[in-house]
Amino acid sequence: MERDFTRRSHHDMGGLEAGHIKHVEHDYELWEKRVDAMLVLLTSKSPKLMSVDQLRKGIESLPPDAYEKMSYYERWIFSITQALQYNGLLTTEELSRKLEEVQSRFETEVV
Amino acid sequence: MKAVFNPGDAVQVRRGSPPGHIRTPFYVRGCKGRIERIAGEFRNPEELAFGRFDAAKTPLYRVRFQQQDVWPDYNGNSGDTLDVEIFEFWLEPSTADKT
Repeated sequence: MERDFTRRSHHDMGGLEAGHIKHVEHDYELWEKRVDAMLVLLTSKSPKLMSVDQLRKGIESLPPDAYEKMSYYERWIFSITQALQYNGLLTTEELSRKLEEVQSRFETEVV
Repeated sequence: MKAVFNPGDAVQVRRGSPPGHIRTPFYVRGCKGRIERIAGEFRNPEELAFGRFDAAKTPLYRVRFQQQDVWPDYNGNSGDTLDVEIFEFWLEPSTADKT
């Protein structure tokens, strides 16, 4: 089989079999609403801290397996994080320390 | 930036597949269609995607394709069309017959 990794990106699936689509409404989690609001603020004109196209590029760069398994807003926050690191708004160290701090709030004893 | 194409002009979508953020869907690359309208001009999203917020503005067109030209196995009505919005740098002049 010819291996072609460049012609069609995984996310660019127009015209392919879609499979079964579940038509169900669902409520958004609080964190999903926060991610949505964060993007609105980050992409506003003053100051413009990232572009919607950066968001899309980051999402489209996910490996196919991750793209399939992550939820809509999980993809968003992955991409927003990358854009903020790239644009110099967050250092990897800051992100790492904050993630550890938040994680420590939820440490539970293993019974 | 002045638009190169005008409504009615025959165009062909380039077959490129560069890495990055591409706004021209894969299924329409290489297809021939006609300019339906000039849809304004916008900063190049493929550059905005790399954080270059001052990217140059470039004309955007609504291009009309015959469904039969897009999908080789299309079995709907022969006159069915598909409109896709495509930036100028993805289009080349075409000598397609008038559709």
